[in-house]
Amino acid sequence: MSGKTISEKILSAKAGIDGHAGDLAVCEVDFALGTDASMPMAIDYYQQMGGERLLYPERLIVSLDHYAPAASARTANLHALTREFAAANSIRLFEAGNGIGHQHVIENGLTGPGDLAVGADSHSVTYGAFNAFATGIGSSDLAAVMISGRIWLKIPESIRVEFEGSLPAGVYPKDIVLALLKLLGSDGASYRTLEFVGGGASRLALEERLVLSNMSTEMGAKAAIFLADEKTERFLRERGRNSFEAIAPDPDAIYASTLQLDLSELVPLIARPHLPDNVAPVSEVAGTRVDMVFLGTCTAGQVRDFHEAHAVLKAAGGITPGVQLVITPSSRSVMERLFTDGTMADLLAMGALLTTPGCGACCGTAGAIPPDGANVISTANRNFKGRMGNSTASIFLASPATCGAAAATGRITDPREFLA
Amino acid sequence: MSVLTIEGRARLLGDDINTDYIISSRRKRDTLDGDVLKNYLLEDLDPGFAATVKPGDLIVAGENFGCGSAMEVAVTVVLAAGIRAVCARSFSRTYYRNAINNGLLPVECDTSSIAEGDRLQISVEEAINVNNVTTGRTIAGQRIPGIMVGIFEAGGLVPYFARHGGFRS
Repeated sequence: MSGKTISEKILSAKAGIDGHAGDLAVCEVDFALGTDASMPMAIDYYQQMGGERLLYPERLIVSLDHYAPAASARTANLHALTREFAAANSIRLFEAGNGIGHQHVIENGLTGPGDLAVGADSHSVTYGAFNAFATGIGSSDLAAVMISGRIWLKIPESIRVEFEGSLPAGVYPKDIVLALLKLLGSDGASYRTLEFVGGGASRLALEERLVLSNMSTEMGAKAAIFLADEKTERFLRERGRNSFEAIAPDPDAIYASTLQLDLSELVPLIARPHLPDNVAPVSEVAGTRVDMVFLGTCTAGQVRDFHEAHAVLKAAGGITPGVQLVITPSSRSVMERLFTDGTMADLLAMGALLTTPGCGACCGTAGAIPPDGANVISTANRNFKGRMGNSTASIFLASPATCGAAAATGRITDPREFLA
Repeated sequence: MSVLTIEGRARLLGDDINTDYIISSRRKRDTLDGDVLKNYLLEDLDPGFAATVKPGDLIVAGENFGCGSAMEVAVTVVLAAGIRAVCARSFSRTYYRNAINNGLLPVECDTSSIAEGDRLQISVEEAINVNNVTTGRTIAGQRIPGIMVGIFEAGGLVPYFARHGGFRS
């Protein structure tokens, strides 16, 4: 029998079997996430299933992030319901205003190498950056995890993605993932895991790896896993996670396919409306009018993302009048760090609009909604029609630097114009 | 699997129908009640669609149906509209899972020969077949994998768990 991919190793271990791609595995779950958008339904399923107590309450966290702050009695009541359930069942809850659930997982080192992590939110794939098998599930599956501590999964085939070279100036991890989206298409990784390897992957900082794992769900990926290295270990140790057993694929592991990408050849890219895989070089759409710029979300909400956007904005002389720049830090901690280092004061002085840390503006559930016919450029991961709450708006996706350049000029602009 | 037949009228959709199109996130913050939400089914794609859906209709789509969010209400709203099966060339994995978990039949098959309004008869046994009564053509669907058969047969994950108290291994 051939060797194993990372997915085959992790899911085999969690199911106590010698599994390969295509096998079904009933797996022990190490970590699970619920949000205010998925927990109310999960609680309902849990009760209908006859759930009386959580098997492992310490393995679940709940984040009130999609409706923050609650802007209606209805969403306030969804929060209240989730809060009461969490309190009654000893579940750790992150309050509205504290930020995006995925960001809490990252900041608190809640999952790591070799873990099986699931979340009732499709962007739970993010934690693959830490060498975990992490995947999104629905509310009913989460209810089953709460009762049984387990989930069944089909062990996926994997696509090996080899990165060589280093990113040129003005090109960022968002451009890498947009390049992958262009190569693979919006279902090119369906039912499969992406395994990121090679010198180009190991040179990426942890925060940069998150961008790629996060947006792999836009290619349909079930998981998107990086190797663990000393950067992973340091990042997690700094956040209090000390157990560390890196999972690497066997040399003779079998892959569905292999992709090679030389990062040094990449240029700034942009996803045009209304699909994340509708990707073109920024130069091809340069000059397009921009009405609103959005910086934030679980794929671009790290301090470094705001620094990248800010650097371009500053070099370009600030926000052009008539453009609305919306800033949503991914957590309270990110917001505080941006205040401490002066970035936020600068952005606010330029006229930026600051909203509550959370998911709202990305999916049109809270925060700033674009007006009719607006062109929006955003650091988010999705640009579906209607995604930000107005189906007549057109959303472009790009790196924080490209978004910063657009805020400065009011047009889609190659950020390299402003970087010395 | 015991024999199950689902019949209905084909309602044609394209590729990459994402969960936000099926039901907008901004609607589900107001209610999770399928009887209300079904009035907004696919509204961002086609504002007139929901009003023309009749119980018994079947969704027929292209590639990558249900991509995007893992939100389960994108399945429960389809069921609330009286739609019991979705035929598509391919599904996103979270939509496929959520469908099985709620008793909505996902049929992965070549939908290219099906036209709007065609009368379809889907039979589910060991194999899944889609008989297009209008054209007389039969399309073979992919089998439902392993443990999912048991969950679907039970009527979804809730009755499955209520019956077995967990996963049968």
